[in-house]
Amino acid sequence: MPKRVLLVEDEPNIIEAIRFILSRDGWDVRSHSDGATAVATVTAMPPDVLILDAMLPGRSGFDILKDLRSQPETSALPVLMLTAKGQVKDREMAEAYGVSEFMTKPFSNADVLATVNALAVK
Amino acid sequence: MPRSALTGTRIRERRLMLSIRQGVLAQTVGISSSYLNLIEHNRRRIGGKVLIDLAAALDVDPTSLSQGVEGAVLDTLREAADDHDMASEDLTRLEEFVGRFPGLADLLVSLYRRSNDLDRAVGELSDRLTHDPFLSASMHEVLSTVTAIRSTASILRDTPDIDPEWRGRFQRNIHEESVRLAESADALVQYLDADSGDASSVTATTPHEELDTYLAGHEYHLAPLETGQQAAQMPDTSRLKSSAGQSLARDYFDRYRHDAVAMPLDRVQSIVAEMGAAPMAIAQHFGVDLISAFRRLASIAATLTIGPVGLVICDASGTLTFRKPIDGFPLPRYGAACPLWTLYQSLTQPSVPLRRIVAMAGRNPKRFLTYAISQLSLPTAFDQPPVIQAAMLILPDTAISDDLGVLPETPVGTSCRICARAACAARREPSILAQGS
Repeated sequence: MPKRVLLVEDEPNIIEAIRFILSRDGWDVRSHSDGATAVATVTAMPPDVLILDAMLPGRSGFDILKDLRSQPETSALPVLMLTAKGQVKDREMAEAYGVSEFMTKPFSNADVLATVNALAVK
Repeated sequence: MPRSALTGTRIRERRLMLSIRQGVLAQTVGISSSYLNLIEHNRRRIGGKVLIDLAAALDVDPTSLSQGVEGAVLDTLREAADDHDMASEDLTRLEEFVGRFPGLADLLVSLYRRSNDLDRAVGELSDRLTHDPFLSASMHEVLSTVTAIRSTASILRDTPDIDPEWRGRFQRNIHEESVRLAESADALVQYLDADSGDASSVTATTPHEELDTYLAGHEYHLAPLETGQQAAQMPDTSRLKSSAGQSLARDYFDRYRHDAVAMPLDRVQSIVAEMGAAPMAIAQHFGVDLISAFRRLASIAATLTIGPVGLVICDASGTLTFRKPIDGFPLPRYGAACPLWTLYQSLTQPSVPLRRIVAMAGRNPKRFLTYAISQLSLPTAFDQPPVIQAAMLILPDTAISDDLGVLPETPVGTSCRICARAACAARREPSILAQGS
């Protein structure tokens, strides 16, 4: 059974590109674009790895991450945060909230693939 | 006017006052009478040893002879020397330097002023880049688009056996994103172009900024409203583009008219002429609250002789809802201001009028007299949340009388990001400026 990654991202063409890259590597890729309902979606069926955008409609990725870490079902979920907010303070905030990996946009496909695979075996 | 015009004239006036003959003075300082004559008629530059010797012979301080253009140059160079901790032995030779190398001294002064201007521009631009909502959204848009293009293009390059259907889809995506990128970049360039050349004149992006820009264009004094004209007849309101900006302006105009009726211009001018900018006296005389008196002083400052008057008003969250700047006391355009401002101290002591002397951080720290108070609006119904606003009147140091001079001085800044006071206990984040006092 393929491992499942959930991509919480609101840019359709980024979703499509990441879906293609990870699918070819054997991942079952799901996506979700609404920040306001993201926590409920993740909690209902936690993926093996979560890729989380920082700026989402409805709710920020930082708030979503904070909530996920505060509940037992998702407290240890591997989370890769992909964001255009690459300032030091954003990285520090993500780390303070318990992010597993932090990557700034624009990213390389190879790095995303390698990071997701590494998170899956942790 | 020649550079040393005032110096030569002063020397001549001082000599005649002491009834010293030109030849005697020239001989005393070891120069020819003809050379002294040229100096006194402002036909020769003077400085250094000759100036010092002439001052000694005339029993005056050299600076009293060299005040004027050279005095301004010297003052500025001393400021620059203070800023950069120049050795004291060099300072004693500043006058000689200005006298011997006037062109170089002018150049240094010009560079020093330019450096200060650039520091201020860096602060303003940093403030803007960090907090401007349009720039932030634009940069996010550009980065997201570039990400999609880069990722999709990499797939096409790295996947030679890609299914034709996927290839077509990705090519279409790249095209869509490239169009979007071009539009985003164009909007960004237009936005930045609108402000090019002057970092301080930034396009209004919020309704409050529209109102600020409008009021600044009128020096905050709306003469038609002094004579009872209706707000709807105010000129140039077409600058207020957004409906929210127009709404804020209508409220402001109504408040202005109310203040003008409660505190007639000529009567406020009389009080200020007698007592100076005394907000408490104005409030008591007209039976109004202090914030109204602050507003009135700020709005008619252009008609008074007390110099510039700044005013900031904030709500209970600390957000600035009104900004009337004053030279030397920069107000952040976006984001939070310095928590040490008397304005914010007043929020911790509601209804207590505060008076503080503050020293604004910077290359040329300036002192200001500030008055502040926070007031609770009277509720109009039961169980309504309290609404608090605070205001701070900012007066230049010329308003600090001798009796006020004994007040302790509070060091303040504009906002942490552009404040050089490294050791400040209230610091929220590191500064982008070099450390200073």
